[in-house]
Amino acid sequence: MNRVLLIAAVAALAPLAACTEKVQTATPRKTDEKVWQSNDNTFTAAGYKAGDKAAWDDQSRARAQSQNEYVKTK
Amino acid sequence: MARMKFICDAERCIECNSCVTACKAEHDVPWGVNRRRVVTLNDGVPGEKSISVACMHCSDAPCMAVCPVDCFYRTDEGVVLHDKDVCIGCGYCSYACPFGAPQFPTNGTFGLRGKMDKCTFCAGGPEANGSDAEYEKYGRNRLSEGKLPACAEMCSTKALLGGDGDVLADIFRTRVLNRGKGSEVWGWGTAYGKPTQGMPAQPVPKEPKKS
Repeated sequence: MNRVLLIAAVAALAPLAACTEKVQTATPRKTDEKVWQSNDNTFTAAGYKAGDKAAWDDQSRARAQSQNEYVKTK
Repeated sequence: MARMKFICDAERCIECNSCVTACKAEHDVPWGVNRRRVVTLNDGVPGEKSISVACMHCSDAPCMAVCPVDCFYRTDEGVVLHDKDVCIGCGYCSYACPFGAPQFPTNGTFGLRGKMDKCTFCAGGPEANGSDAEYEKYGRNRLSEGKLPACAEMCSTKALLGGDGDVLADIFRTRVLNRGKGSEVWGWGTAYGKPTQGMPAQPVPKEPKKS
């Protein structure tokens, strides 16, 4: 008898397992690092010194000019 | 200060899809998500034009305006990024975007829509630059490595240009002057605006009454 009651209780409560809910508190947006703030890693472009804003600006301009084929054909 | 932009030169794009492949490979983009794609107008008709399309990192981004949880932000370089830990995957941004940039991976059973994914201009997201967490959520951060977006740097015909807007405009201007045609830049006005676009109508001064 007890076993039947136990099974019935489990069967009755099992569907409620889906009723658990994740916490829905809003999380604020994280702040991003500056693009020039970076640790040197194996993928860093040759000749670029990470961590210096002026160096990043120079690198960005030089790299963009590599897309200009007229520089090569002058 | 650099202001990052994309230009796609429709006169040069040959629809090779290497930009799409470069993006997928560089960022390990999941199946079903294409941060970049190539669209061909009048396909098969002589004079067809192809353009490579992705997030243009608009000056006045509509996705930022409509996001109900404010997960978007703009970096100092003008790159529009978002925080996936805040995104709820509602899809409002995909309706607002004129370029169809926001993508939603299928996440779990029943085709559940996951968090939004889009082109990051290879600038990662709000995690430590070059970290595993950043790569996992947003892909590689090439800008912090002193590089430019993989799609633009891989483009064989240099149809797709990415980088500082002033430099790109200079390159494109030289091209147009040399070939003497094809000065139209698809999506440029929509993304970055024209001098008079978006400005309120100027009030017409009333003429003083003559007595």
